[in-house]
Amino acid sequence: MTALRPHAEDQYAEELALLADADDRPRPPGWRLSPQAVVTYLLGDGAKITPKYVGPRRLMEVAVSTLVTDRALLLLGVPGTAKTWVSEHLAAAISGDSTLLVQGTAGTAEEAIRYGWNYARLLAEGPSEAALVASPIMRAMQTGTIARLEELTRVPSDVQDALITILSEKTLPVPELNTEVQAQRGFNLIATANDRDRGVNELSSALRRRFNTVVLPVPASADDEVEIVARRVAQLGKSLDLPEVPAALDEIRRVVTVFRELRSGLTEDGRTKLKSPTGTLSTAEAISVITNGMALAAHFGDGRLHPADVAAGIVGAVVKDPVSDGVVWREYLETVVRERSDWRDFYRAARDA
Amino acid sequence: MPERLYGIRHHGPGSARAVVQELERQPPDVLLIEGPPEADALVRWVADAGLEPPVALLGYASDDPRRAAFWPFAVFSPEWQAIRWAVERGVPVRFFDLPFAYRLAGDAPVARLAPDTPDTPDTPDTPDTPDTPVAPAGPVAQPLPSPGAPAESLDGPDADEADAESLGPSDADVGAGQPGGHDADPADADQGEAEPARAVRPVDPIGELAAAAGYDDPERWWEDVVEHRGMPAFEAIAEAMTAIREASPEDPDDLVREAYMRSVLREVRKTYEDIAVVCGAWHVPALARKVAVKDDNALLKGRRKAKVDFTWVPWTYGRLASWSGYGAGVSSPGWYHHLFTSADEVVPRWLVDAAGVLRAEGVPTSSAHIIEAARLAEALATLRGRPLAGLAEVTEAAESVMCDGEPLRVELITRKLVVGERLGGVPDDMPSVPLAKDLAAQQRSARLKPEALERALDLDLRKETDLKRSRLLHRLRTIGVPWGEPAATRRGTGTFREEWRLRWQPEFAVSLVEGSMYGTTVAAAATAKVVRAADKAETLADVTALVETCLLADLAEAYPRVLASLDTRAALDADVNHLMAAIPALARTLRYGDVRRTDVAGLATVTTSLLGRVCAALPSAVGSLSDEAAKMLRDRIDGVHSAVGLLEDDDLRERWLSTLASLAGRADLHGLLAGRLTRLLLDAGRLDGAEVRRRMRLPLTVGTAPAHAAAWVEGFLSGGGLLLVHDDALLALLDDWLADIAADAFDDVLPLLRRTFGAFETGERRAIGERVAGPRAGDPGATAGGLGFDPGRADLVLPTLRALLGHDVTAGEAL
Repeated sequence: MTALRPHAEDQYAEELALLADADDRPRPPGWRLSPQAVVTYLLGDGAKITPKYVGPRRLMEVAVSTLVTDRALLLLGVPGTAKTWVSEHLAAAISGDSTLLVQGTAGTAEEAIRYGWNYARLLAEGPSEAALVASPIMRAMQTGTIARLEELTRVPSDVQDALITILSEKTLPVPELNTEVQAQRGFNLIATANDRDRGVNELSSALRRRFNTVVLPVPASADDEVEIVARRVAQLGKSLDLPEVPAALDEIRRVVTVFRELRSGLTEDGRTKLKSPTGTLSTAEAISVITNGMALAAHFGDGRLHPADVAAGIVGAVVKDPVSDGVVWREYLETVVRERSDWRDFYRAARDA
Repeated sequence: MPERLYGIRHHGPGSARAVVQELERQPPDVLLIEGPPEADALVRWVADAGLEPPVALLGYASDDPRRAAFWPFAVFSPEWQAIRWAVERGVPVRFFDLPFAYRLAGDAPVARLAPDTPDTPDTPDTPDTPDTPVAPAGPVAQPLPSPGAPAESLDGPDADEADAESLGPSDADVGAGQPGGHDADPADADQGEAEPARAVRPVDPIGELAAAAGYDDPERWWEDVVEHRGMPAFEAIAEAMTAIREASPEDPDDLVREAYMRSVLREVRKTYEDIAVVCGAWHVPALARKVAVKDDNALLKGRRKAKVDFTWVPWTYGRLASWSGYGAGVSSPGWYHHLFTSADEVVPRWLVDAAGVLRAEGVPTSSAHIIEAARLAEALATLRGRPLAGLAEVTEAAESVMCDGEPLRVELITRKLVVGERLGGVPDDMPSVPLAKDLAAQQRSARLKPEALERALDLDLRKETDLKRSRLLHRLRTIGVPWGEPAATRRGTGTFREEWRLRWQPEFAVSLVEGSMYGTTVAAAATAKVVRAADKAETLADVTALVETCLLADLAEAYPRVLASLDTRAALDADVNHLMAAIPALARTLRYGDVRRTDVAGLATVTTSLLGRVCAALPSAVGSLSDEAAKMLRDRIDGVHSAVGLLEDDDLRERWLSTLASLAGRADLHGLLAGRLTRLLLDAGRLDGAEVRRRMRLPLTVGTAPAHAAAWVEGFLSGGGLLLVHDDALLALLDDWLADIAADAFDDVLPLLRRTFGAFETGERRAIGERVAGPRAGDPGATAGGLGFDPGRADLVLPTLRALLGHDVTAGEAL
């Protein structure tokens, strides 16, 4: 296998098998695991099951319960809060298949959500089952599995509305054949949407009320976030075959601290309020700043991660809007970074960057 | 069994319902309630329709109202329900806990209390002023609740109750009670020794039973386990408590209280046959136990009594809730209220109410939402292995289905529903509150009598009494009692004078009662109120005003909070103009302190950071300004510049000047600012004469628009012509520059100069001219000529003068 990134159900097949063996609780129809086991799969059990999501347990409980009640689940959050990650693992744990995926874009057409036609066949044989090209969502309905829809709010409103019948009637009419596809038990939909895109293609209230919303927050504590970043950086480094650079925990902590402080508009000691920049400064961005810094250090530096390697990355992540973010960043540098005696190197590097 | 013991959970709706049912079933002759016996006389008020829960019994030392404790009652408090039941049926009610007077006097060594520990610690951490009062009493108590409260995840509130139980009614009742209970003095007194013991004692025994059964909401547990199984609830609870108490360490404080309760019980037995006792479940085993009279007496012996007063005060659910600053409150009084008042379909009814709250705010919420939320709540409960959905499940379901995950809407539900905004009321004829008494005492000490007629008062703040009066009046204004209004007129330049117009109005009494929610003394109430205002303030200017209020009213304790708030507002305020506007006043205060001898520590830090922000933000604020904006910014920069001068901090000054220097060179700067900055830098010695001359020439060259040049000159010279008269160096600089201008360019420059100089006073212009001419001419005799005096034209007035004076006038004489 040389896939750059294996599917969750393949990568964690062992853990899933382990959970399925030990799982003696009732499983909802069409589910491979009981709801409790799904929550355990996501959050880890501290032993054999690794945590996939680090965050409040109640969120995962609400998400899983939502899928049990056959309501669709909408995962909302700023970019980089593991929405897609969670949806993939939910699908893998519940249906054992995370590949029934529709990527929402501004160009997503109704065919991607309902069905399309194999036109050669359509012309040759006329409308028939064989000429029908099922969308991932239609296939999920037929097989009673979980379908995923990424970036729901990027999808044009008229296309979004195609979901309403699917979600409320749990059926997909095919008028051309005078038939319909009824969802089998176990079918459900997990959609993700980006908080920052709000208003681009706002969900109609009819559609909205067919979803239960779970907002994934940014990590609650600095230690959590450092752990997430460190773990992902190590995984990424391995899969991208970056030269080994000792991932300096100090630098990770610093990047995480800068991101957290600017994001929350408050220093970690709670003493100073700050302005927040327009960017989201997600954990995912912190991960890429560190990975990028490590690549710099490995290929162009002395093999050790220095403040200068991450400074440019941080400035790039923070200053998205040159005018307003510039002020925010300068103010942060001068009022917060400057005062921290052990951050001298970083202050200089950031000023030069 | 001579008496029936009803062990309840303080503020537990389940207990409340059960107690009333039991009383109905088997009406007693007399009802004993865990609570301060001094308040017995106040029980009759419960029958008054004006006394509306939530209310609290407020007990305070007569000589020092700051030492006070509250025993709050909500409609779902078992004690309240029991009292109501008894009062309606004419059954006598007695509180039988250890008298508050004992606790207050007991050990409370005055020295310890004196610092008013409560006040101090509380004020800062309690957002809600009201709590402050509690705090005093409570501070002590506080330690107790806190260890317990964290233990129960959800039940923080319950914990209180629990405490309450443990503590006895008084404490128990109020989350605050705690404070009340142990409180006041025990707190101080035993804090030291008692604490270790307390830390181990279960704070909410019923909550622990519930937790052991896997419930995070003791009320739901009570409902499932106790209520749904028929009636022997109290026996079961008593048994469970006995078991728990056997295994738990005893709190010495409890032992004393229980000894007292037993002795009251013995006394009551002599008069009545059928006795009902409502107390925290924790105390039931102790009351049922046989203890020798002399043992109890030994425990109670030698206790001193302080003089205390009691009254009812209105309470709110917000203050019952822990998040408003109670260490030990009920976190979800609104939910308990709901549990107590809704007969069936608890979850759907709650969700319907939540939908109502959202609809009232314009969030469309349909019945389908409610249905789906109810389903999700049930699924969650199942996933978590609970028989019924509790507050946690309901809240999460509402968040996910009805609020679209928006935290603001969830908070709305929490505020309006989970906590609730219910405010209690007390009858108008209720005896007065401690705040009013404190005011009376202060009026005496400041020798100011309330008078209905308006009169003027002139204060000299250098005198002790006048200073006291001024502080009192300022504080009263803060708490909404504008007895004195500062008279704006005729205010001299001295900072030690203050004029007031005094007039006492009857409705101030009402304001005082309201104010008593914030604190039991004028100072505490004002502090609490200012702190709250600081937390709520929206703009920087609001907070700056509060800083001044703090200084005027000498609210030292509110100061750190207001400063913190100032810092926050400063960080969030994107308009550098606001930041700059705030600096001069702060700097003045810092530099001169004031006659009031305020402690200004802390202000320096804030001012420094404010200046840091200004330095960082100024560069982006000076570009592309209109004439008006430039003028405003110039004034601000001037203000900050002189403030920086006052601060006498070289580092700060350096930073400020560097910022100005980097700005002054910018090409997109408005002329007015460019000129002004050049001037400021010149004055500060950052630019030498040659450089300034070079810069002066630039705006006046052909490449520059005339308006820009005019503004530049105006900016450079603003500050009045008088400076030019006295500043030789500046004048020389200007003079040299003028002389340097090529003859053909001079005609172009002249109007610009005229524009600036035209704004000076005539006298100033003349003086400047004299200065320039004087040394130049070098000949005193030629002064007139130097001034450009034209004898020919001057002679024209001579005929008129001649006519006026009636005699001949020569040119020489006129001069």
